[in-house]
Amino acid sequence: MGNSKKKLSLGQKQSLAGWIFLTPAVILIAIMSFLPMIQALFLSFQTGIGAAMKWTGGTNYVRMFKDPVFVQALKNNFIYLIIQVPIMLISALVLASLLNNKDLRFKGLFRTAIFLPCATSLVSYAVIFRSLFAVDGLVNIVLIKLGILSTGYNFLGHPNSARIVIILALIWRWTGYNMVFYLSGLQNIEYSVYEAAKIDGASPFQSFFRITIPLLKPTILLTAIMSTNGTLQLFDESVNLTNGGPANATITMSHYIYNVSFKYVPNFGYAASMSYLILILVAVLAFIQLKVGDKRD
Amino acid sequence: MTKGKKFLAYAFLTVVSVISVFPLYWMMVAATNKSVDVSRGTLIFGTALFDNVKKLFASQNVATALGNSFKYSIIMTFISLLVCSIAGYGFEVFHDKAKDRVMSVILLAMMVPFAATMIPLYRMFSSARLLNSTLGFILPTISTPFLIMMFRQSARSFPSDIMEAARLDGLSEFQIFYRMFLPTMRSTYAAAMTITFMSAWNSYLWPKVIMSDANSITMPMLVANLTEGYVTDYGILMLAVLVCTIPTVIVFFLLQRSFAEGITGAVK
Repeated sequence: MGNSKKKLSLGQKQSLAGWIFLTPAVILIAIMSFLPMIQALFLSFQTGIGAAMKWTGGTNYVRMFKDPVFVQALKNNFIYLIIQVPIMLISALVLASLLNNKDLRFKGLFRTAIFLPCATSLVSYAVIFRSLFAVDGLVNIVLIKLGILSTGYNFLGHPNSARIVIILALIWRWTGYNMVFYLSGLQNIEYSVYEAAKIDGASPFQSFFRITIPLLKPTILLTAIMSTNGTLQLFDESVNLTNGGPANATITMSHYIYNVSFKYVPNFGYAASMSYLILILVAVLAFIQLKVGDKRD
Repeated sequence: MTKGKKFLAYAFLTVVSVISVFPLYWMMVAATNKSVDVSRGTLIFGTALFDNVKKLFASQNVATALGNSFKYSIIMTFISLLVCSIAGYGFEVFHDKAKDRVMSVILLAMMVPFAATMIPLYRMFSSARLLNSTLGFILPTISTPFLIMMFRQSARSFPSDIMEAARLDGLSEFQIFYRMFLPTMRSTYAAAMTITFMSAWNSYLWPKVIMSDANSITMPMLVANLTEGYVTDYGILMLAVLVCTIPTVIVFFLLQRSFAEGITGAVK
């Protein structure tokens, strides 16, 4: 039995194996997410160019709210969030519950078609929408042919129409993605529940609001948090669809942070403080959504 | 469902499907037409495809960008699946209080916006001389909480008596993972592969930050560069978009079924 002291027990051995298995992933996340997150916090209280950084206290945080471009970017992100996310999630929910119907045919075909936009890269679809809504683009050609417009309208040259194009593009790209989440959530609900409700005289609307939505609540919460997170970080669309224009009217926070860090004279401290505002917003909104979503009713 | 309601459902689904597919159809049409014809609003396939191909390859280094995108995405997918599946398996199969606590900390990383880590990562990578390199491209996103969580969920359905039997047969813990878990979790791997390949192929912000050298650019970067000129040749532009889209569409169709199954596992 002299060996037993050196040898690990079976349980300890397995626990050690577990630690070895998860170490590479954990170290990578620590170095690639948590460490830079802490560095960015320190950076956000500094100012200067390149390596010559000086501590400035909270001036960066005061500055961003006096910076008209940043305030516009913050507003834009919230416009996209408040208008686009609800429209997208509700459409996805309606489409998923339609496609969950046992009597309907060609479901595979519809599902594939609606999910297909997700296979395009963000840059690609932004460029496609930019071309479709150009002054000489297809949308203008159709509107002129229909007699609605006499000459091409510069959709991307006016703040509100440019924002609408971004919102339409986002809805096009992401509705199918969220629909797939709801469809898999719906598969966990026994179809007999719907049939029983039908026998009891429930209308399709009633079963949608009384059965589908309550049972899908965890999935809806997940997609709401994911979309909020994604919308607050929009970058590719702002750069490639409108290039933030006209005159920064459609720019997003991430796009402006990129410009401040790499396009203009680099100001990493100021950029880091703005990125921290996104971090705080993401955390606060996720917290609120979790609180609201967890309520028992 | 009554006939009228059914008709409405079909009509609605058809309209949505057409809207979903149309921009992609238009992209293909534009890629085969001259720019002037695209601007005239043509909706039928043209004959200018080879002309556009010639012009695109002559003006842009498509082969380099395409090669880079494949290289970065394939290496990323391979390493990422390996690291995250081992970790997810480890978190579930050997779970105890300490490991569960580590997992909940890791999930917090999901909330960290990329803009907040981008600048320190850029400074870290430029002093480590990782700019313009494959390693620089993949390192920040090899290990993602989402994939770890996905594999952890699927490991939950891995029967423990198989593991006991394998241990009695003298297999090491790694052999059990490699020979038992890996082959039975095909659909999870397929879903993870789809997600990782697509997000690697489509990523734009991080490559834009670190790939300053023209020989390191990716396909989405090339597409974005094409729009920067004053005059846009729609035929060439849409051909570049098409080239950038084909690989992800192929992956998507090959793995569509298992993707849906894998997501189902993650949502449960």
